[in-house]
Amino acid sequence: MTTQQTPYRVLIGKPGLDGHDRGAKFIARALRDEGFEVIYTGIRRTAAEIAATAIQEDVDVVGLSSLSGAHLRLFPEVVRELKDRGGADIPVLGGGVIPDEDIELLLKEGLNAIFTSGTPADTIIQSFTTASQQHRDHDAQK
Amino acid sequence: MTPKSNALLAGLKNHDPRAIGRAISAVENNTAEAAALLSALDRDLIDNVLVLGITGPPGAGKSTLTSSLIRRLREQKKRVGIIAVDPSSPISGGAILGDRIRMMEHALDPDVVVRSMATRGRLGGLCASAGAAVRIMAASGCEVILIETVGVGQSEMDIVRLADITLMVLAPGFGDDIQAMKAGLLEVADFLVVNKSDMAGAEALCMDMEQIFSAKEEESEIKRVLQTVATENMGISTLLDSVDRFAHYITANGIKEKRRDKALDAETIDWVIEMLRPKFIQTMTECSEKSDPRVRAQELINTFKLQ
Amino acid sequence: MSTNKKHSDWQENELSTSLNRFPERKEEFTLHGDTEIPRLALPENINDDYLEHLGFPGQYPYTRGVQPTMYRGRFWTMRQYAGFSTASESNKRYRYLLDQGTTGLSVAFDLPTQIGYDSDDPMSLGEVGKVGVAIDTLADMEALFADIPLDKISTSMTINSPAIVLLAMYIVVAEKQGVPADKLRGTIQNDVLKEYVARGTYIFPPKPSLGLITDIFQWCSSNMPLFNTISISGYHIREAGSTAAQEVAFTLANGITYVQTAIEAGLEVDHFAKRLAFFFNASSNLLEEIAKFRAARRLWARIMKNRFEAKTPASMMMRFHAQTAGSSLAAKQIDNNIVRVTIQALAAVLGGTQSLHTNSRDEALSLPTEDSVRTALRTQQIIAHESGVADTVDPFAGSYYIEQLTDAIELAAEELIAKIEQSGGVVACIEDGFIKRQIEQAAYDYQKQIESGERVIVGVNAFQIDEEEKPELLRVDPMVEEAQVNSLQNVRKQRDEPEVQSRLAALKETAESDTNLMEPIIDAVRAYASIGEICSVLRGIFGEYRD
Repeated sequence: MTTQQTPYRVLIGKPGLDGHDRGAKFIARALRDEGFEVIYTGIRRTAAEIAATAIQEDVDVVGLSSLSGAHLRLFPEVVRELKDRGGADIPVLGGGVIPDEDIELLLKEGLNAIFTSGTPADTIIQSFTTASQQHRDHDAQK
Repeated sequence: MTPKSNALLAGLKNHDPRAIGRAISAVENNTAEAAALLSALDRDLIDNVLVLGITGPPGAGKSTLTSSLIRRLREQKKRVGIIAVDPSSPISGGAILGDRIRMMEHALDPDVVVRSMATRGRLGGLCASAGAAVRIMAASGCEVILIETVGVGQSEMDIVRLADITLMVLAPGFGDDIQAMKAGLLEVADFLVVNKSDMAGAEALCMDMEQIFSAKEEESEIKRVLQTVATENMGISTLLDSVDRFAHYITANGIKEKRRDKALDAETIDWVIEMLRPKFIQTMTECSEKSDPRVRAQELINTFKLQ
Repeated sequence: MSTNKKHSDWQENELSTSLNRFPERKEEFTLHGDTEIPRLALPENINDDYLEHLGFPGQYPYTRGVQPTMYRGRFWTMRQYAGFSTASESNKRYRYLLDQGTTGLSVAFDLPTQIGYDSDDPMSLGEVGKVGVAIDTLADMEALFADIPLDKISTSMTINSPAIVLLAMYIVVAEKQGVPADKLRGTIQNDVLKEYVARGTYIFPPKPSLGLITDIFQWCSSNMPLFNTISISGYHIREAGSTAAQEVAFTLANGITYVQTAIEAGLEVDHFAKRLAFFFNASSNLLEEIAKFRAARRLWARIMKNRFEAKTPASMMMRFHAQTAGSSLAAKQIDNNIVRVTIQALAAVLGGTQSLHTNSRDEALSLPTEDSVRTALRTQQIIAHESGVADTVDPFAGSYYIEQLTDAIELAAEELIAKIEQSGGVVACIEDGFIKRQIEQAAYDYQKQIESGERVIVGVNAFQIDEEEKPELLRVDPMVEEAQVNSLQNVRKQRDEPEVQSRLAALKETAESDTNLMEPIIDAVRAYASIGEICSVLRGIFGEYRD
């Protein structure tokens, strides 16, 4: 929660063809209730669209959701697209139907944190807050 | 000018999306770079940009209309900026900035510059820094800037001040809302767009609106009540043509300049208040007068020797 | 009268004493959606006109079931949704299931297929074969049903926006087996309206999509009389977070829209209505679910009779498939899911479902293994053969609570449907977001209750353990996508390209007119035109739906 400083801005999006947005929408609202400004980009977005939007909106964090098993391909692609557009400093968090053994792979590919289904919302929001704070601090130092 | 603001300025000139995004954040968050940056912007670009305000009640199809306008403007090869404003929660201070969803088809077009902004406590339907964001976008080469606002009742007055031309979007079936709005915004809006005009009640709504806008229509000889079906891209070209003609009209007889001057004054006062607010809040506890707000206010002002 | 007095006596005496000793577990007991759950339902809470209100099974208003003997005559169809990676792998799984006693096939397609993209389309990257089988051309469909006699089994295909294409392929595969279309039994989901609010695999905007659905109704009512041409779905609406009453309301409102559209296209209600099927969620609140199914059945019968003036009984009977609630599956202590699925399956059976899919215990983690799928099937078989619930019809009828709740859900759904009608109908409510907002709010409320602990999910927000066993999971071979793309490219090389182009051109012409698209699509499919190529033509004419 940001009291003195300006609100953190996050992007929540679903890359790929998966249309199940219940979880993503809940997290978006929960983040809003914690004082975040949430840019919700909806379903069926390409990695390029998500990254371009994140850059334009100058977000502090990008949150991705996928329930179709395509996370190994798509999440790292978002990280790559962000990098290509000068946004390598923007942390990317991911969640959805993701088996434990994929988590390490994704973290190696540059994801900041991964949440499997059933993770309490509080944990997720804490992660967003920490990542946003780190991003702001990093920015201030530049 | 610090190196940081120099870098941002250079980025704006190069139409670099990252620089534009960061520059807008800088003015939104009123960082150290903001003032330097704003004073260094290209004034010609700012003077020549056309700012269109789009407002209206929820459900009238503003976002869809905005998207259609963007498409058409892009066909005309114009570089377009969009500011989409959504309300901040008065309780948490957060916001869902959801207008963006309707504009995702333009996400990869480098000549469509979008920024979603939250009202951040302002009641006027726009955030305090929308004006500054407009200037940043203009300085980065945007020729037309669309501002899409929250659109709830009387509180759209901000948009009218900030925009060169204001479009009010309605749809058939908003009977009660229109009655409430007549008092305020309808009188100051430049155009009335009846969207979803394929629905029953569109004709009747148009006729009602034409009565209200008849004086303006006569004066400028431009039709001000227009019909669209944004989902089918109908009426968009006509709307843009009329807006274009109106833009020439207000430029030619100095109306645009007057509006801009007024807006500048109003925004200046806004900023004075914004900048003084934290100081006043801080000092308020030291006031000897505890009960009457007006008396207390006078005391605060005296403290700051503003008399 | 005397019950009332005895009731207040009881409240003042025994109940009061008990509450003083220890209070109830909660201040308030409510269903999702805030309906209060009574401590005790009583005879006076229910409508005791048996004939008007309940009736007999197989008789209007079908509260007690659509068939007089229900499961005493035949068990529900045990139909397990399956399909993944390649057509030949899926084919193996289907033949396994048929051997194990499954009585109908249910095909799951991957997302690119569901959204009309070929496996080599850039939009399909990473998605090929993940949530179901990849079908690009007729060649894949032929591999899918190899050695499976289409005249002997019934097939349900979960496909919506491009349903017309997959149906065309199914017809041609059967044709090549020597089975005429009029012998084919099965269902296509083909329910595009719910896609816009709950499931997300839409392609074209609502109006042209309804046109495609009507084309299917029309063609099939003459040529494929045994095939169910739509499965009007509430499952996904519930999965998206709606309440039980909303599930019924939005599903039936969609149903009303389809019937209305078909009638406006010139079809006679009694010609096509008997082939409408429904698909509901079987969720965890056992008693609410039983009431929900009965309420839905009665409400639909009344709508068909009064609003659409259907005359044949078959037009008024709501036949449905149910699936246990996927969103209730936990990723922790996954064996608990077997218990959840059992309760949910029981709800569906006690609610009178015609066919049922039970989820596997590992589905919150990935697609199910063979073992898990077998257990899910056994769950149904144990309910059927060992529990006794199938030996009498509608056993919960007459229960004070169940009847009270059935009435309440029916009333709530009716009111919500009326609201939608007043707001301009389903399509208008989709376009202005009303339905989505309702669902989102319900979903939000539900999740808040879980996050706060008010709603307990065993193993997830209560009764957790520290060390979780790592279960064996199914992994989709990452080479699947490459293999499928190669396969598609081969088909493209080997087919008669000019023929394909000419069929696609013919399709384009027909799509621009008002003619039924079934035949031109069958023609295109026969020439091995791909789903992406066909949908591309249609996208060009109908446009794409954007949220």
